[in-house]
Amino acid sequence: MGYAPHTHADRRRMLEALGIDSVEALFADIPAELRSSPLRLPDPLPEQAVAARLERLAGRNRTDLASFLGAGAYRHWTPPLVDQILLRGEWYTAYTPYQPEVSQGTLQSVYEFQSLIADLTGLDVVSASHYDGAAATAEAALMACRATGRDRILVSQAVHPQYRETLRTYAAGAGILVEDVPIVRAGPAAGTTDRAALEGALAADRPPAGLVAAQPNFFGLLEPMAELGAAIHAAGGLFVAVVEPVSLAVLAPPGAYGADIAAGEGQPLGIPLAYGGPYLGLLACTEALVRQIPGRLVGQTTDLDGRRAFVMTLRAREQDIRRERAASNICTNQALLALAAAVYLAALGPHGLRDVAAGSAARAAALEAALAGVGVSRLFPGPYFDEFVVQVPDAVGVHRRLLDHGVLAGLPLAVVEPDDPLLADGLLVCATEVTTDEEIELFAWALGEVLGSPADGRPAAGIGVGGGR
Amino acid sequence: MSVTGQRLQPTLAELSRPGRGGYPVPHPPADALDRIPVEQRRAVPPPLPELAEPEVVRHFVNLSQLNHAVDTGFYPLGSCTMKYNPKLGEWAARLPGFARLHPYAPDEVAQGTLELLWALEQALAEIGGMRAVTLQPAAGAQGELTGILMIRAYHRSRGDTERTEVLVPDSAHGTNPATASMAGFRTVNVPSAPDGGVDLDAFRAVLGPRTAAVMITNPSTLGLFEPRVGELIELVHAAGGLAYMDGANLNAIMGRFKPGEAGFDAMHFNVHKTFSTPHGGGGPGAGPVGVGEKLVPFLPSPRVLRETDGTFRLERPGERPTSIGRVRSFVGNTGVLVRAYAYILAHGRDLALVSEDAVLAANYLKHRLAADGDYDIPFERPCKHEFVAQAKTLHRETGIRTLDVAKRLIDYGFHPPTIYFPLTVEEAMLIEPTETESVETLDAFADALAAIAREARETPDLVRGAPHTAPVRRLDEATAARRPNLRWRPLTGREMPCPD
Amino acid sequence: MSVPPELRYTKEHEWLRLEGDEATVGITAYATEQLGDIVFVELPKVGRSLDQFATFGVVESVKAVSDLYAPISGEVVAVNEALADRPELVNQDPYGAGWLIRVRPRNPAEVDALLDAAAYEQLVSEA
Repeated sequence: MGYAPHTHADRRRMLEALGIDSVEALFADIPAELRSSPLRLPDPLPEQAVAARLERLAGRNRTDLASFLGAGAYRHWTPPLVDQILLRGEWYTAYTPYQPEVSQGTLQSVYEFQSLIADLTGLDVVSASHYDGAAATAEAALMACRATGRDRILVSQAVHPQYRETLRTYAAGAGILVEDVPIVRAGPAAGTTDRAALEGALAADRPPAGLVAAQPNFFGLLEPMAELGAAIHAAGGLFVAVVEPVSLAVLAPPGAYGADIAAGEGQPLGIPLAYGGPYLGLLACTEALVRQIPGRLVGQTTDLDGRRAFVMTLRAREQDIRRERAASNICTNQALLALAAAVYLAALGPHGLRDVAAGSAARAAALEAALAGVGVSRLFPGPYFDEFVVQVPDAVGVHRRLLDHGVLAGLPLAVVEPDDPLLADGLLVCATEVTTDEEIELFAWALGEVLGSPADGRPAAGIGVGGGR
Repeated sequence: MSVTGQRLQPTLAELSRPGRGGYPVPHPPADALDRIPVEQRRAVPPPLPELAEPEVVRHFVNLSQLNHAVDTGFYPLGSCTMKYNPKLGEWAARLPGFARLHPYAPDEVAQGTLELLWALEQALAEIGGMRAVTLQPAAGAQGELTGILMIRAYHRSRGDTERTEVLVPDSAHGTNPATASMAGFRTVNVPSAPDGGVDLDAFRAVLGPRTAAVMITNPSTLGLFEPRVGELIELVHAAGGLAYMDGANLNAIMGRFKPGEAGFDAMHFNVHKTFSTPHGGGGPGAGPVGVGEKLVPFLPSPRVLRETDGTFRLERPGERPTSIGRVRSFVGNTGVLVRAYAYILAHGRDLALVSEDAVLAANYLKHRLAADGDYDIPFERPCKHEFVAQAKTLHRETGIRTLDVAKRLIDYGFHPPTIYFPLTVEEAMLIEPTETESVETLDAFADALAAIAREARETPDLVRGAPHTAPVRRLDEATAARRPNLRWRPLTGREMPCPD
Repeated sequence: MSVPPELRYTKEHEWLRLEGDEATVGITAYATEQLGDIVFVELPKVGRSLDQFATFGVVESVKAVSDLYAPISGEVVAVNEALADRPELVNQDPYGAGWLIRVRPRNPAEVDALLDAAAYEQLVSEA
């Protein structure tokens, strides 16, 4: 089915006005030798048939499992009002607000998003958003290079592996050298950035443009961000903090520990998991770096009659004006998702968000206790937020068998870091405020079964798994 | 603190009152955070606004009503393809089976999404005449970067490290040269010929052993099929470079021109244009990239693979070392891609009719404007899905500029077309009606433009001061840039004063 | 259109005022007309060495960006700090308070390669 309103009569009318018999005349300028083969696609389908096809596909995914997956994308309770608002056509069928007089909705919502993220991060300037946490982190690193005039970036190995890979891809194009700073392998600080190794890297010949570290880090652990920031500043570089926005309700924000730039993933703020996208890249910086930040910025101003209004500003940094001299080629911002995040944050408020964060921390502690009850303990002993790594022999095999029990037991680290023996038996598990007691009990019980060390008793019958969104 | 103007809304910060707001999630135990070292914790709660649910809803519903959108009216933004966004797509993306799937879910529990992604790749490959497709890039611009990085990897894999330049027509969208810079190349601009196409002699003059690639938009940003596209591709190949097509204007040529068959080595698709995923106020979109045989080894990882038993899986890390790696987290903007797939399923091979209707509508509207005679139509020959008009003569005769005409269109209930782009045309208006507008709408738009031209001659101040009926009048963009106010509260915690 | 007779000009619309062994540089009223409201000026640091006709900075208006070309080679001895907060000075007083940089010329004879007021006026009227 199509959506064009044209009837046969409409088409005839337009053709007659043009003085031609058929649309072919309008394509006559395509040289014969460049004409393509016909489209080898199926027949069009009525809506009902399309819907049936899509439902069948969606039904082949399993989303009924008790999920303990985090690792950069998180399950939280999203109040239904978020999606109801997002379904308004005035929001999702609008375009980039190039004509601000008829786009004040979008512009104000982005200004509010910028302000909310500034409130959370404690940093002055927030971009209208980037593609995702990985791209935002890569752009943050490039910003540090531009601002310092240096071409060497240090990144902690405790930053999400996909973010580090993305950074390397962007860096290759920009001619930037990316060096990993290893994690501590044993002892109380295991799993966090190795500060001795960092000092070594900072002392090397080529001055560093910046250091990228995450809080919480990929393993869920808390890092000594103030000390890391001080170290890179002493070497004349900038500090890039990769942050998780829900945790910022309770953890010290980047503005408080001296970060110059913050990047992160906004998906936890009311955006569906949706198998990895579309997500919401957060990018914020201090006032001093405002001219270096890529992407859209919305600012406040007045109209001819003195009304307060909002407009895209500092546009001359962007690709359509700067062209080859632009800091980035980015054209999009994730406006609709920035709106979702703004609605989510407005709906939760500081107390609601704190409840989400503290609730997640509490559920994670309950998970840790339950797993310890079947003899499975954490690989890294330091303090964590709502995610941690447990050590299980043959983690990949155990993970597979737990699926049969209806448990999605987090992420086997061997999948993302296949070459590191320290992580080979690690499972990165997460609990949030939506993780239920029943789910935790099921996980612990099933793990005990699979490992051959059963817990006290089976969980209650008729549990409902897959709660929350 | 209040805000002047009807329908305008205070900000969330201005509406906030301490203690307002419900508690959508259960209260956690009081000691939940005790195990987190005190120096890692916030000293003070974040200063987020506090509102009750009804106020939140009212705020965002009222704000939405300040927007012009495809769902409210005609939106002829050239090069943006503002066609109707099918609601089927919104329904599909929200199916819990798609929406709740975690991106690290093991392949065996993600078979539905993996099959959809694989099928979408096949469909796009067919539409583009390409050998393979990556769905990873989050936007067209990211697709361009992916394509150019693959081309870079290709040359390096052959030991060809001297290719430092990318050729870009001067009519190109700004993302093209910006992309070339991000990938470490120098942009060489190629002038246009009087007929709007690339100047072949100028092209030959700058082509050489340092050419890594040419980036061509076809149809061009003037809405014209590039007449010498075959020669351009042959020439760049002969010089050892590769040809990249910016697929932003694909809505014009589906079923009649497949870039891969014509010799392009890579192209990106803008699914939020051609395949009608919603623009969302500026995003999210997605920018899949199609490639010919030469570039397949360099595609971003992980690819979606189909096994001989008909199941699907993602490539494992390290499985294809020639890959350029990742350009983003996870696999792609899957939620957007579900919508694109729904659109393609609905149309099937009738995507060719979509292009026909888009081109017919644009030519009809161009003809109407040419016949009315108020605006200059610089290119007489048939356009594709969009065309350029100018207010050049009108400006000379009345002093009224394209900007003024655009703002006055708002008072007539239309979103203005793209203005001052492409940069190569003076007082440009780039108009793209798309195939989902009725003939009545096209006529009404042409009538409005004619009326504005009359006003320009008879009551120019009315046009110069437009818009008059929008929620706000023209804005002071200079002050917004000179003294940026980018958040409602500076670091010290005071709210920024509202200019009341 | 103001074209002060005592100044020298580049084809790219910069002006030069020689004052002893230093020179002041700015952009012309015509340039500010073309650019519109100037919102930001990117200037070099004091001490930087410039070459005649090479770029030394960037001027941004709301919708455009333009390179700045040095009218003369030399060392930057002063930069107009006031422009950081008030870039509009360039629009308001391009030959006075809107000056951009002061340079110590390496080779004063380079002035001969610049246009005088009459030649610049001619250039602008043909544009």
